[in-house]
Amino acid sequence: MTELMPAEGVFSLIWVLIALPLAGAAILLFGGRRTNSWGPYLGVLTVAASGVIGVLMLLGMMQNSPEQRTYGQTLFTWVFSGSFQADMAFQLDQLSIIFVLLITIVGTLIHVYSLGYMAHDDNRRKFFGELNLFVAAMLLLVLANNYLLLYVGWEGVGLASYLLISFWQHKPSAAAAGKKAFIINRVGDVGLSLAIMLMFVTFGSVGFQDVFGVADQASEGTLTAIGLLLLLAACGKSAQFPLQSWLLDAMEGPTPVSALIHAATMVTAGVYLIVRSNVIFTAAEWAAVAVIVVGLITMWMGAIIGSAKDDIKKSLAGSTMSQIGYMITAAGLGPIGYVFAIFHLLTHGVFKAGLFLGAGSVMHGMNDNVNMRRYGALRGVMVITAGTFIICYLAIIGIPPFDGFFSKDDIIHASFERSPIIGILAMLAAGLTGFYMTRMVAMTFFGKARWEDDAHPHESPKVMTIPLIILAIGATFLGMALVYWGNIESWLEPVTGVETVELALPSWVYELTTLVLVLIGAAIAWVSYARRDVPVEAPHGSWLTRAAREELYGNQVNDALVVQPTYYTSRLLVWFDNKGVDGFVNGSAAFVGGLSGRLRRYQTGFARSYALSMVGGAVLVVLALVLVRMS
Amino acid sequence: MSALASAVAVVVADEGTPFDLPSINYSAIAPILIIFGAAIVSVLVEAFAPRRARRPMQLVIVIGSVIAALVVVISLAGTRLVTAEGAIAIDGPALVMQGTLLVVSLLGALLMAERGIDPLGDAFAPRASTLPGSEDEKQFTQRGYLQTEIWPFFLFALTGMLVFPAANDLLLMFVALEVMSLPLYLLAGMARRRRLLSQEASLKYFLLGAFSSAFFLYGTAMLYGFSGTVSLVGIADALSAKPSEGALVAIGMALLLVGLLFKVAAVPFHQWTPDAYQGAPTPVTGFMAATVKIAAFGALLRVLYVSLGGMRWDWEPMLWIIAVLTMLVGSIVAVTQTDIKRMLAYSSIAQAGFILVGVLAVSPEGLSSSMFYLIAYAFTTIGAFAVVSMVRDANGEATHLSKWAGLGKKSPLVASIFAVFMLALAGIPLTSGFIGKFGVFTAAVASGAVWLVIIAVVASLIAAFFYARVIVLMFFSDPGPDTASVVVPSTFTTIALAAGATVTIVLGIVPQPVLELVSNAGIFIR
Repeated sequence: MTELMPAEGVFSLIWVLIALPLAGAAILLFGGRRTNSWGPYLGVLTVAASGVIGVLMLLGMMQNSPEQRTYGQTLFTWVFSGSFQADMAFQLDQLSIIFVLLITIVGTLIHVYSLGYMAHDDNRRKFFGELNLFVAAMLLLVLANNYLLLYVGWEGVGLASYLLISFWQHKPSAAAAGKKAFIINRVGDVGLSLAIMLMFVTFGSVGFQDVFGVADQASEGTLTAIGLLLLLAACGKSAQFPLQSWLLDAMEGPTPVSALIHAATMVTAGVYLIVRSNVIFTAAEWAAVAVIVVGLITMWMGAIIGSAKDDIKKSLAGSTMSQIGYMITAAGLGPIGYVFAIFHLLTHGVFKAGLFLGAGSVMHGMNDNVNMRRYGALRGVMVITAGTFIICYLAIIGIPPFDGFFSKDDIIHASFERSPIIGILAMLAAGLTGFYMTRMVAMTFFGKARWEDDAHPHESPKVMTIPLIILAIGATFLGMALVYWGNIESWLEPVTGVETVELALPSWVYELTTLVLVLIGAAIAWVSYARRDVPVEAPHGSWLTRAAREELYGNQVNDALVVQPTYYTSRLLVWFDNKGVDGFVNGSAAFVGGLSGRLRRYQTGFARSYALSMVGGAVLVVLALVLVRMS
Repeated sequence: MSALASAVAVVVADEGTPFDLPSINYSAIAPILIIFGAAIVSVLVEAFAPRRARRPMQLVIVIGSVIAALVVVISLAGTRLVTAEGAIAIDGPALVMQGTLLVVSLLGALLMAERGIDPLGDAFAPRASTLPGSEDEKQFTQRGYLQTEIWPFFLFALTGMLVFPAANDLLLMFVALEVMSLPLYLLAGMARRRRLLSQEASLKYFLLGAFSSAFFLYGTAMLYGFSGTVSLVGIADALSAKPSEGALVAIGMALLLVGLLFKVAAVPFHQWTPDAYQGAPTPVTGFMAATVKIAAFGALLRVLYVSLGGMRWDWEPMLWIIAVLTMLVGSIVAVTQTDIKRMLAYSSIAQAGFILVGVLAVSPEGLSSSMFYLIAYAFTTIGAFAVVSMVRDANGEATHLSKWAGLGKKSPLVASIFAVFMLALAGIPLTSGFIGKFGVFTAAVASGAVWLVIIAVVASLIAAFFYARVIVLMFFSDPGPDTASVVVPSTFTTIALAAGATVTIVLGIVPQPVLELVSNAGIFIR
């Protein structure tokens, strides 16, 4: 295990990273109307300040040798009972600093953008407060040094996203979407909490250092169980199959929220969890295989859904699912993939934030219409939005030299190192990415204008376009920078380990094949959606299109398997409590006839029925004990 | 006759005195005696003090005696002895529970003393003896009479509760059970508004409570028949001496447990709970929801760990099933409740199930984590009911959930505090409920009850749904004409509410001192 460095100098500020946005959230949410005027700016400042501290920490870290880049800071012992101990303690290493920077820098840009996007919303202050709360929870998640504290951040992220998704609570769909996200996330949380308990029972600790130090001594069965439970947790937070259905509904939230939570940060928490627990997944082979399977399924589901949706945000959400699927797949590959999962996560965080904010800018100019069939030819009226969107588009489909090219290619390469089947699936999905993203760009910015009569598209204000420009610059250079200038592989190596396998063919063959597939996908989309006219009403479509529009029936499956049974069981029990037993007794009470009024007879009926069920219970208890004793 | 007289004479001649005085360590049971004495003084005040002076006098007696008893409990820390001829055990767990009971009762007393919420007076009927809707009732209401008989009831109930977890033999435990329960039945029937509902609740609670007491007593008799003693330790010894004897022990054990499980509101002995919680005056509901659970679990833990510990393989399967049923039925039925008090009642049933998970660990960790859970639960519950008592419309308390829609916009602070309580009951991190759940689940997993914990986690997932639903309702719907408003209470309720909220949050962030307290309390004395 790497030695923990004492948190000195700039590293003594680890807790401040979290405390700043947390204080911001507290001031904004509890400050009341007094903070209305300056509150949003405070919200931007706290996150930006955390970002500055994060950058200073990165610089400080680079001064040290690679083995000495893990810093620990303990605030106080949080829970200590018997042999169980969990500290309010943080760990900053090469992996967490990447997340800190992603969260704070992309977070700052999105905060700035929201100043413009939410300018006319009455609850602006609350919005910034909740954004700050989200940032604080996410930072806690990635800085915790033990699983219990990570769980706190994990739940905090869920809570904040729930608040933000239902931010426009006057829309019933938004409130429902928030609730759905919360509940489905709780399903994932069950996995995490069970995993933590199992870890404690197995290793006697939930601290990262302790668990990873002795992980290889546990039996493979236990490790597989822990791995699968962690995977369940990751599925909930990262919207992976079979817990994916909340992500599309979550688009009900304001667009900056979609950008911050459902593209750049929250959904990456699952990837973080798996990569952080790499020791466990490396030792539990079957859990890692399950990770790959889940990743591949989601990669394809997301791409198929993204190809059919006409709602620009939902189409982007499908693409997010698909891209996270890439990261999860890479994380399942083991040491050959961990680094690239994080690399893709980083590049994706930048270009997907750009795409979402671009989509928000388009909506802003189109009266909040999200239907791409009502867009078209917007490149002329929204020059900056179109330009930045297209750069991010080139990044996501993986055209060199934009950043998605490097990271996605690395994942496909690593997949082939593991198995040709995984590699081919990942490569074909890249072609599909080319299709659906080109479809989106063609329908939005090219072709003929299909605007509604009252739409007057216009470019967004500077406060919104400048973050777009910065993100586009990031999407252009980040990939090259992380490959040629600061090598991300060697940076992460102490945390995740790196392994390479020689492939049969030289690597340019894979790169070229992928590129050709992407171009074929893009060409098909271009011919269908830019050259030909796009009908305003969606055509009936093939069965696959219809299924994809229905999100591949994810909701129906959830409904049938979870929601309906719960409701029916509840109704049945209520019926049994109120009607079944009472009805019987009330009926017999009617025969007895009443000395007093109807109400009183009714009441006696109740109490009797309760007593009857008590007797029944007592008989069962006696029988249970006697049987156990006699046997 | 003369034979008897001569026999007595012989005894007198032999022993010198007719009776041996039982040896009682009065300082160890001083907290109980203080509350008991205060209860008697309180009755005298009712009898002799002028009407206007009664309320202030009663408040001084109640609050003074509770604080005095609390101070004595704290000074007794570390005591570990059995006194009163083996009838009472004052050990770490007993003291922790007595201390918690006293603090929570203090908050309960503050809620019951509240006079600023209901424009007609307090939460209690001015004369419980008047017929609902009668002319007499109107007269008393108009004259602004306040009932002060609630205070002796309160103190007697508290006396019973303090003895219950410390009782070291079944007979004393039964007496404590009755001393605790009878005043509560009466208190439940004294609501000022919706009196029929309240009286119905009281009668049901009484009938079913009496029924369950009979089970308890019958079980005691059976175990006495088997072992020839009612002492918990004596029964344990008898069980280890002749472990193979069958049906008598099993039946006795089962009936005894039925009586105790009724008090903790475990399924299928739970059905009184929603009715009693809904009908009782809200301050009383809060008081009994929090305290009875502590006292009853204290007694249940002592019986299971001290007396029946050697038989754990016999009762564990049965209690597993009860715990699972309790968690699932409580959580699932709560989902469709539309009345906030009934919902909280089902929630308290579900919580009892989660505590049973800790009890089933049958280990020192199980004991300490159950105690922590009880402490966390008690403060959250009493706070939640304090909020319920403040949310009102023209007809009194607005308990229908539809009236809570949009409350977050009308009264953000109170709604936020209630949201914290809901999150705590759901077991979300940074609240006391999370540490509590985590503690009992971990203890159970460490004892090998992995499947039980998996079911428990699933049940807590279902439970999270209805807790979240209230939050959604309060914050994500717009207030309508039916939305209730929050009445600003006097200092009494404010203190209770603030204390409940503070403990709920503080126990989530720095639970360490209390965790240490419950783990240092050690195990039950034998």
